[in-house]
Amino acid sequence: MSLRQQFIALSTLVRREYYRVLRIWGQTILPPVINMALYFIIFGNLIGQRIGQMDGFDYKQYIAPGLIMMAVITNAYGNVVSSFFSSKINRHLEEMLVAPMANATIVLGHMAGGIVRGVAVGLAVTAVALLFTPLPFVHPLITISVFLLCASIFSLGGLINGIMAKNFDDVSIIPSFVLQPLTYLGGVFYSISLLPELAQQISRLNPILYVVNAFRYGMLGVSDVPIGTAYVMMVLCVAVLFSICVLMLNRGYRIRE
Amino acid sequence: MHALSVRKLTKVYANGVRALDGIDLEVETGDFFALLGPNGAGKTSLIGIVTSLVTKTGGDVRVFGHSLDRELNAVKNAIGVVPQELNVNLWDKVSNIVVNQAGFYGLTRARALARAEVCLRQLQLWDRRNDTARTLSGGMKRRLMIARALVHEPRLLILDEPTAGVDIEIRRSMWQFLRELNAGGTSIILTTHYLEEAETLCRHVAIIDRGRVIERGPMATVLTKLNEEVFLLTPREPVLALPTVPGFDVRLNGPLELEAALPRSRSVNELFAALSTVGVEITSLRNKANRLEELFLNLTERKDGLPGLKEPQAVSR
Repeated sequence: MSLRQQFIALSTLVRREYYRVLRIWGQTILPPVINMALYFIIFGNLIGQRIGQMDGFDYKQYIAPGLIMMAVITNAYGNVVSSFFSSKINRHLEEMLVAPMANATIVLGHMAGGIVRGVAVGLAVTAVALLFTPLPFVHPLITISVFLLCASIFSLGGLINGIMAKNFDDVSIIPSFVLQPLTYLGGVFYSISLLPELAQQISRLNPILYVVNAFRYGMLGVSDVPIGTAYVMMVLCVAVLFSICVLMLNRGYRIRE
Repeated sequence: MHALSVRKLTKVYANGVRALDGIDLEVETGDFFALLGPNGAGKTSLIGIVTSLVTKTGGDVRVFGHSLDRELNAVKNAIGVVPQELNVNLWDKVSNIVVNQAGFYGLTRARALARAEVCLRQLQLWDRRNDTARTLSGGMKRRLMIARALVHEPRLLILDEPTAGVDIEIRRSMWQFLRELNAGGTSIILTTHYLEEAETLCRHVAIIDRGRVIERGPMATVLTKLNEEVFLLTPREPVLALPTVPGFDVRLNGPLELEAALPRSRSVNELFAALSTVGVEITSLRNKANRLEELFLNLTERKDGLPGLKEPQAVSR
């Protein structure tokens, strides 16, 4: 299959995923928008007024980048894990496996599908955030690149989960018991400078900390971690996770008997 | 050149089950080939390996001369597969399923749309193109899988029990479609539980049992192994005591059921004539066992029965 044909196969898969996101918009776009509004009402307006400022910003403003990233993380991950796992369990994954698509194309296509949903949800929740607080977008290019890197990382994470999952429990365990705690402890609601030194060191092992802070740097110009380190971490994550996905598909791990 | 050539193919699953035990098989280009065997014989494993959905343990597979190990993309491009189990996204539109499959094979969007229209029209699904797959009947879903398998114009079509659970009318229209497809140059491999289906469509046959090919050759030659068929007959009037039927082995199972063994050299007409001489008129008959099962039993001398073969079908006079 030529490079052009691989590109056609990739665009077919991306289009399929795009229409899937749109077809089930009530499950994909609407819930995060409602969640975001609730977070702003509860944490921003009600509790945030008592907290005051953080890193020189109004609390609502401070948590907005983290909340947007939280929505992107959850949705990019959830989109790919559910799409891939349902195609595996319903066996229409075989449509791709019998075709001469490269495994890298299959990974890229699912990753792009996760990015599509991540971006759609991210834009929707950013619009909701702007209803509650102004956001200066200090470094627009950093904001956009971190946005895309974050969606890529967690799309690939969702794909690994989807490949490995044997049943529906396997699909929900990682988001509930790994992703959500890491997100809440990743500096969405606070600056890690408030934590004791040991807790700060442990927090630096959490990859979500780098995503949230890099995005906050892009939007507000403040970060708990050096922006260069955050980029290295994110690019490294994409490269490693992408390689793992391709390797698993090449070996037919849990998809070929 | 062979459409399919398989040498010493083995498959041992992780649980230790040896599904294929060194199978050798050749299918000529342009042939209509039947792959027969009871459930668990290894047919689906063989198809899974050829279509790269199952990894082989050992052996060599070539499709139109392309090696599965070294020229996987060429092999994939040459094959269209219709699996036994339904494997379409039931929530997707019929046209999307076929167009997307074309895209996965690298056909441009315009070409994919054109090919999808051709295939959906051929399989009489064009009017349902905007419906979701879940709204289709069982027979339509089967036809959708055939349309999807043909969209990239494969030279070899593999159908794993395409007419299982499909009513006789749809089955016959599918047979006609497959005949025309084969006449157009597409090589076809078909697995089925219906010997009649294989007899009607296929020129060559291989019979697999317990991971081995136990018989292969032209269909007519293999069918000569079917020495005898046993029929269950329904008399017009209850028969309380059956006199000897000249020239035939006929037993009385009950007042309304006779059992007759018919050697291949004799005709059903002769049997009816012999029964008439003793005053028994028959209103209907059916095979006691599936003919395919009888063929298997003749070939394997298995006394334990064969799993998964279809119930005999009644024929009314």
